[in-house]
Order: sequence, then C-alpha cells, then structure tokens
Amino acid sequence: MPHHAASIARGVGHSASGPVKAPAFDYERPVDVDGALRLLAEGGDDAKLIAGGQSLGPLLNLRLARPALLIDVRMLDEMREISASDNAVVLGAAVTHARIEDGNAPDPAGGLLRYVARGIAYRAVRNRGTIGGSLAHADPAADWVNLMALLDATLIVRSTAAERTIAAVDLVAGPLSTVLAADEMIVAVRIPKLSGSARVGWFKFNRKPGEFAEAICGIVDDPERDVRRLLVGVTESGSPHVADGAELLSAPPDARDGIITAAVAGAGFRCGTYKHQVRAVSLRRAMDALR
Amino acid sequence: MKTLKFTLNGESVCRSVEPRTHLADFVRGDQGLTGTNIGCEHGVCGACTVEIDGAPARSCLTFAVTCEGADVRTIEGLRDDPVMGQLREAFNAEHALQCGYCTPGMLVTARDIVLRLPDADEARVRHELAGNLCRCTGYTGIVRAILSVLVARRTP
Repeated sequence: MPHHAASIARGVGHSASGPVKAPAFDYERPVDVDGALRLLAEGGDDAKLIAGGQSLGPLLNLRLARPALLIDVRMLDEMREISASDNAVVLGAAVTHARIEDGNAPDPAGGLLRYVARGIAYRAVRNRGTIGGSLAHADPAADWVNLMALLDATLIVRSTAAERTIAAVDLVAGPLSTVLAADEMIVAVRIPKLSGSARVGWFKFNRKPGEFAEAICGIVDDPERDVRRLLVGVTESGSPHVADGAELLSAPPDARDGIITAAVAGAGFRCGTYKHQVRAVSLRRAMDALR
Repeated sequence: MKTLKFTLNGESVCRSVEPRTHLADFVRGDQGLTGTNIGCEHGVCGACTVEIDGAPARSCLTFAVTCEGADVRTIEGLRDDPVMGQLREAFNAEHALQCGYCTPGMLVTARDIVLRLPDADEARVRHELAGNLCRCTGYTGIVRAILSVLVARRTP
C-alpha cells in the first residue's frame, strides 16, 4: 500500500522529494499461470510479479525496487477466481480488495473480510490492489497479512516445479520479506469458514482512514469449530503474533486487562512502552467489538 | 518499448510506450491531457485519480503498458457526463476548491461516491475522501458539494 511504501521510504532516508519515476524495466504479460511461472523461473531474482501494483508501484517510483522484468498477472483468469465449499472460501491471488469490499466473494468470517477490505488504503487503490499482491509484499502493517494469520488461512503457492501450501501465519520472514522462493507465486488463498455462531472482533489503530496501521489486533471465538484465537499484529519481527484466545475470551471483564497486557508482551512488546500500550488498547477494543 | 492499444476518453489509442511510463505521464506528456494532475507519485495524494474500466484508480501507480485493452477516462473525458456536470456546479456553488490542484482527482472520486454510494451520509463521504488530499479548503465545501449532489439525485 502506498502509505506503507512512504513510511519505508522515510525509514531508509528517502523523502517525497527523491526520485519519483520508475527505473527502466522490461514487461511481459503471460496468458496463463504456467507462462507466468516460466518467466519467473527464468528471470530469477531480477524478475518481479505485478498484479495491481499498488505496493510495488510506489517502490518502483521511489526506486526502492529495481527489477529487470515485471511479469503482469493481474488479468489471469485463474488468479481472479472465487470459489466456496462447505469448509472454506478460496480467493484467487489477483482478487481485488474492492471485490471483497463489495461482497463479490462469500465472506468466511461473518462479514469481517468486507469490513477489513473497506479500511485498506482508498477506493482507487482497492480497485486495483489484490489480496495476493498484498500478502506477497509482506508489509507487517498490512490488513490481509494480519487477518489471514488470525483466520488460519492457507496460501496456495506454485512454481514450475511444484505446488505447495504455506500457512498464512508463517508467510512473513521479516518486514517486506516472505518465505516464498524466488520462483514461487501465490496463486490463491484458502480461508477456513467460521461457523454461523462464531464471533469476531477487529481493531485497526490508525489516525486517518486507509492509513498505515500503527497496530492491528483481532480475536475469534468459534466454540463450534473449537477456534479461539487472538492476534497482535504489526510486530517488530514482521510476523503476525497469533495466540490462544481462550483465557481472554472466558475471563470476566475485570480480569481482561491483565491478560491483554500479558498477550501483548508475549508478542514482543515491553510493558510500559507506547508500542505496548497502543496494542493493548487495540486488543481491548477488538474484544469490545466482538460480535 | 511496448505497443499499447486502449481506449482513452472514448477514442482508440495505439502508441509505443516505455514500460516504466506511468499512465499519468502518458496522458499528460504523450496525449497532452494535462487535466490530470501529478502530486506525490506514490499513491497517497489522489491528485492523479482517473477512471479505468469504470472505476477510479491512481494513474501514478498504473503503468500505461498495463492498460492494454482498458477503457480509460480522464477528467477531460467526463466533460459531457451528466453527473460530472452536477458536481461541477456544486463545487462552484460550495467553493469546493481554492488552488484547484486536487480538483480533477477529487471530482473523479466524487463521481464514484455519487454513483456507487447513493445513500452515503457525511461520515461516509468523509471516509471515502480520505484518499484525496486537499490542502486549501479543509474539505467542508467539498463534502457539502458532494452531499448536495447526492441529495439532489435522491429527490426526483
């Protein structure tokens, strides 16, 4: 997302007055997934996939990324498919945030996906940005990176050699870095369905709608499927912190604060710091939003 | 260089483009359509917002070459659009601009709000405008202008 790139740019000493034209690159638009994977395998580290380009675009314009080749997968039919079974919803990696916001996909979590999608950047960005692209970009503050971890989604990943799955919670290796190999592409995201009686709570802490999140916390309570999880997002390691939420969910209201304090500390944030506080408040508000 | 064929403001365009050229630079530099303004060039400010296949998009984050086969409309292409006519009048009446730099992008976003969210209230309009920065007006006039068009379109 653009604002993330801006924050990263600041972090490495660039500013909005730095270069804002992309360096030269070559461009290919394969006709199918196999073609994209072949180009990716041939291109190695110098090739980059592009779908909506809403995260990569800023990095290119600010010259923080300098790939020799962009492989455009935005229009590949297989990447735009949406399907649902009794147990899961599968979203093609190139499904846009706007399609999710508009309810074009069945919501596996009682409307939470639609709600979260509406808070991603801005409509003009959501019209092009994709769920797979956002995951592959691996910004620790990105909405899908955190929500997919909380919902225990699975990424379906392909290379010319093989297909494998990666648990969303294991995707991020560090800020803007994933466990994907250079020749691998996320083709779809499989999100388990919660039961009809499940309750979810979510809170994104940011000062302006669509802005870079300072903190994201969430909680899921689905006794029917034996799922009780909490999320402390936007961690220092970059990887979303997902933990057992049973204690917090079953605690009486006056005992919650202590559990929340410990949960945020468990995600690597020292008590008494601003970063701890903002996450503790976010987790409390996610609890308050549980329905 | 790559060949790019697409529809721009209702007319077929076929040009040779460098892949790194973004759509905002293409419409301004190659096509002379300078109504689209360029601000931050990393997707934050919204000044360059145009319509691609019927939906608003950042032309600074869209490489022109990726628009193959697309239907693109810039502010110039919306001159005779009835909703845009209503919005222009409302922006005028409510003093919804001062320097005008954000206005083309603001109008494209406003048109999307009016058509996609006919029941939007003030809070929703403000939420939707978060992606278009205006540093002159404080948004009050812009919000009033959009709300007035929404209301006018609800009353037959």
